[in-house]
Amino acid sequence: MGMTMTQKILARHAGLNVCEEGGLIEASLDLLLGNDITTPPAIDVFEANGWEKVFDQDRIVLVPDHFAPNKDIKSAQQCKRVREFAKKQNITHYYEQGQEAMGVEHVILPDNGLVRPGDCIIGADSHTCTYGALGAFSTGVGSTDLACAMASGQTWFRVPGAIRVELKGEIRPYVSGKDVILHLIGRIGVDGALYRSLEFCGSGIRCLSMADRLTICNMAIECGAKNGIFPVDETTVEYLKARIPGYDEDTSWLTPDEDASYEQTITIDLSTLSPMVAFPHLPSNVHELGSFDTIRIDQVVIGSCTNGRLEDMQKAAAVLKGRKVADGIRAIILPGSQRVYKQCLEQGLLSIFVDAGCVVSAPTCGPCLGGHMGVLAEGERCVSTTNRNFVGRMGHKNSEVYLAGVEVAAASAVLGYIGGPDEIGR
Amino acid sequence: MTIEGRVIKYGANVDTDVIIPARYLNTSVKEELAAHCMEDLDPDFVKKVQAGDIIVAGPNFGCGSSREHAPVAIKASGIACVIAPSFARIFYRNSINTGLAILECAEAYEKIKDGDKIEVDFETGIIKDLDSGEEFKGSAFPEFISEIINADGLVGYTKKKLQQSR
Repeated sequence: MGMTMTQKILARHAGLNVCEEGGLIEASLDLLLGNDITTPPAIDVFEANGWEKVFDQDRIVLVPDHFAPNKDIKSAQQCKRVREFAKKQNITHYYEQGQEAMGVEHVILPDNGLVRPGDCIIGADSHTCTYGALGAFSTGVGSTDLACAMASGQTWFRVPGAIRVELKGEIRPYVSGKDVILHLIGRIGVDGALYRSLEFCGSGIRCLSMADRLTICNMAIECGAKNGIFPVDETTVEYLKARIPGYDEDTSWLTPDEDASYEQTITIDLSTLSPMVAFPHLPSNVHELGSFDTIRIDQVVIGSCTNGRLEDMQKAAAVLKGRKVADGIRAIILPGSQRVYKQCLEQGLLSIFVDAGCVVSAPTCGPCLGGHMGVLAEGERCVSTTNRNFVGRMGHKNSEVYLAGVEVAAASAVLGYIGGPDEIGR
Repeated sequence: MTIEGRVIKYGANVDTDVIIPARYLNTSVKEELAAHCMEDLDPDFVKKVQAGDIIVAGPNFGCGSSREHAPVAIKASGIACVIAPSFARIFYRNSINTGLAILECAEAYEKIKDGDKIEVDFETGIIKDLDSGEEFKGSAFPEFISEIINADGLVGYTKKKLQQSR
């Protein structure tokens, strides 16, 4: 029986020639990630067991990005705990607020050249599945898993089956990776890929930028998937060469076997997709733009590990240039990293945002999970480029989050209701 | 091991944001987390929950974030076991790792009512509704998972493994 991309990566990291769906394996890990929410409990476990040294200080990445810059005293204590642990363990990839390489974890790991095709990665954050965009196996775990892996360099996995997602056709203007993944989640539901891999393939991949692919894999978890993964192509290699000096790896072994087993194939014709909006309170509650009545809003958030990359900022600026945020609307833009922030500065995007009447925040996960920098009051509605719209996700339990791509979010800020760039005129 | 408890019932897709809202994640102290457990789904939960109660809920329980604070909050609130047709995978892992008993059973969700007294046998996976007299079979853990549980969770299992490799 042939293997999927995911199964090939898992087999290689478990020292096996073959692994089959349902099998339980122990895999060695290339990279481990923790943030300021999930690392402190991992440190508790690590230290309570008297483990003295992490297995490899170069393979652990610690990013205090959720409630940082510290939103209150308790958050400050959590960040301090991570900082002190990183210092004690001499962690190479600890990032401090303000450093150029710092930002939202899933924006910076690929951008800092820490992710390679074929890698096996875990992170104590559910959106760790983002890195599948680069052909890595990457998945979210909890703090105890992180603690044990920091000690041993390994973790256990149940080898997943897979759903093949075949992309064909060419994506249209104002449609992006966000709309592809919202469409898919809408089709299969929030548990449609539970315990399984989403393996993307097909000629349509060519028209998807790396930012699009990162957004798509980022939200694989929102349909329950263990991971999402793209094949390596020219776009991938170009992305890696720009970030990893001398990158030149043969990744042909990653190609799925012809007789690999897929539970089903879902075909998406990209040319037929419109901008999508996920209504409260599930990411699967997806509606095409134009198919619903006027929905007035109070706030717009553009950023996050889903849509906080330079390309996202450029798209937002293209819509907002020379326009004003509608009266009574708060628009908050969070470049995903200090590097993205600087690029926005150099490319004149920050002035466009400020002139339009937007708040521009330091990189943080803050508003996405109702932490800080844009918490919603009772009854308020927000269009957000983030990844979850559960009850109470961004604030009060009677607030509402509508998930959308960057251009819809930016246009909605100008309109004061949910709409697309077509509605604000050229 | 067999437990007996009163059922608190919820629907499908109970996510980690309602189990423990992120605004309380500035701590990992389990008692503090338990004080806000289920707050955005059922504000009365912390008032009504009694030690030994059992949550019976719909499919995809624990979907969303990787926060281990979710099973920790449920366990610290006194819940003895969660029964659902399916669990989100990170929540499933986290429950095993933190010692929250979970059992997959679709029929139990269909038939058991809020407030029923039920009995759960973890060895056999048999769930008995003591009010209706009905019996359901939940799926037992795979062998490897039982091994982790028997080693006193993942920490015990990792310790054992690290000792062997030295």
